[in-house]
Amino acid sequence: MRIINTSEVTQIVSKMCIDANYYLSEDMKETFNKSMDREESELGKKIFSQLEENLQIAGEDKIPICQDTGMAVIFVEIGQEVSLQGANITDAINEGVRKGYTEGYLRKSVVSDPIERVNTKDNTPAVIHYDIVPGDKVKITVAPKGFGSENMSRVFMLKPADGIEGVKEAILTAVKDAGPNACPPMVVGVGIGGTFEKSALMAKKALTRNLNDRPDIEWVRSLEDEMLDEINSLGIGPGGLGGKLTALAVNINTYATHIAGLPVAVNICCHVNRHVTEII
Amino acid sequence: MTLGKVQLLNKDIIMERHIELPITSEVASSLNAGDYLYLSGEMYVARDAAHKRIYELIEKGEPLPIDLKDSCIYYMGPSPAREGQVIGSAGPTTASRMDKYAPTFLDKGQKCMIGKGKRSKEVRDAIIRNHAVYLASVGGAGALLSKCIVESEVIAYEDLGAEAIRKIKVKDFPAIVVCDDKGGNLYDL
Ligand code: SF4
Repeated sequence: MRIINTSEVTQIVSKMCIDANYYLSEDMKETFNKSMDREESELGKKIFSQLEENLQIAGEDKIPICQDTGMAVIFVEIGQEVSLQGANITDAINEGVRKGYTEGYLRKSVVSDPIERVNTKDNTPAVIHYDIVPGDKVKITVAPKGFGSENMSRVFMLKPADGIEGVKEAILTAVKDAGPNACPPMVVGVGIGGTFEKSALMAKKALTRNLNDRPDIEWVRSLEDEMLDEINSLGIGPGGLGGKLTALAVNINTYATHIAGLPVAVNICCHVNRHVTEII
Repeated sequence: MTLGKVQLLNKDIIMERHIELPITSEVASSLNAGDYLYLSGEMYVARDAAHKRIYELIEKGEPLPIDLKDSCIYYMGPSPAREGQVIGSAGPTTASRMDKYAPTFLDKGQKCMIGKGKRSKEVRDAIIRNHAVYLASVGGAGALLSKCIVESEVIAYEDLGAEAIRKIKVKDFPAIVVCDDKGGNLYDL
């Protein structure tokens, strides 16, 4: 058994919340730059260069890339040979979020109750997803999620007969409806299969995938390519102001499903697709 | 893809204009969807919770914490400022969440809204009727936009934190005309 004290988790989560909001990951930046060169509309190019300058200012002057520093979504994979000691792991993670959002000058955007809506003033609680995996490590991914794009996300419970054409239509519908609201160019996370909640979780996780990694299943790979092309012919463009580049990437995850169903979840993310991963 | 969007894609010349705030009806009427503006002067900052409170005051006929006449409201909730900074990250929030309140605000004299994303038919009609304008600034460019804000002061509802009402002074703040008073709508083009 490897012993890990949860105070270490607090420290790391705090730092990850800050890093995610000030610096975009390398894969995101690479994709961003490549896409920028392909934009043809003058206004679109102008928006891209503003976004590029924005990233530079964020890193240099320590101003968050976007003022919506998100609700902290955290994926934790705990190796089954790890014994966690100290404070309860959920409390330790929330303490990390509290510390990161307070010390990192990040906006506190969380309300304690969806109807009463009183701000918790420290951006807690986070939304935490745990997985037990083989091994003796703990892998943590922090993905602060802005709600301009979160609000435009959808779950479609399709019928098996709708097939891949139905899936394509669902993805395009979600992207079209999102339009300028989701701060394009977007990253589109898709979950196909599983159950209602599994599809949504897969879509969320798809957003945290390194953009250089491709899925193993061939039809999923070609669907990603096809959807990216289709989305980039919609004309929504950077900032939704018209142009070629509406999406930077489409990431799709799949899972087994029931004989009677074909769930499709589309989690839309903006160009500020933040995710940081650390392994303890 | 519609014809208008194709035209925009091929448009090489972007109409750029420097505008001094406040934007009056006359100024608003001279603007067209697609114009690229650099704004200088004073504007208010308010988002969901502040709009709700002001709307309730209007309904009750009580005095308001801000003067709506010829006003410009930027839909935004900044991140906290560091020592020595005027404001933190300061990009637009989704404007449609203010759609419920905006027509009333426009009828009371507000002339300019800055946010991002689509507006309802009711808001677009109120823009035409009041000779007002809806502008978009670039979503997710909060660090860059904060550099165009030279002064910032919380003037009401401090208890709302990031959602408090501010008065800010901007210099060459970039914004694009989305909905004009002729019924032009850049997102529909
Ligand atoms: S959708 Fe993304 S870029 Fe747009 S305001 Fe929200 S977090 Fe920022």
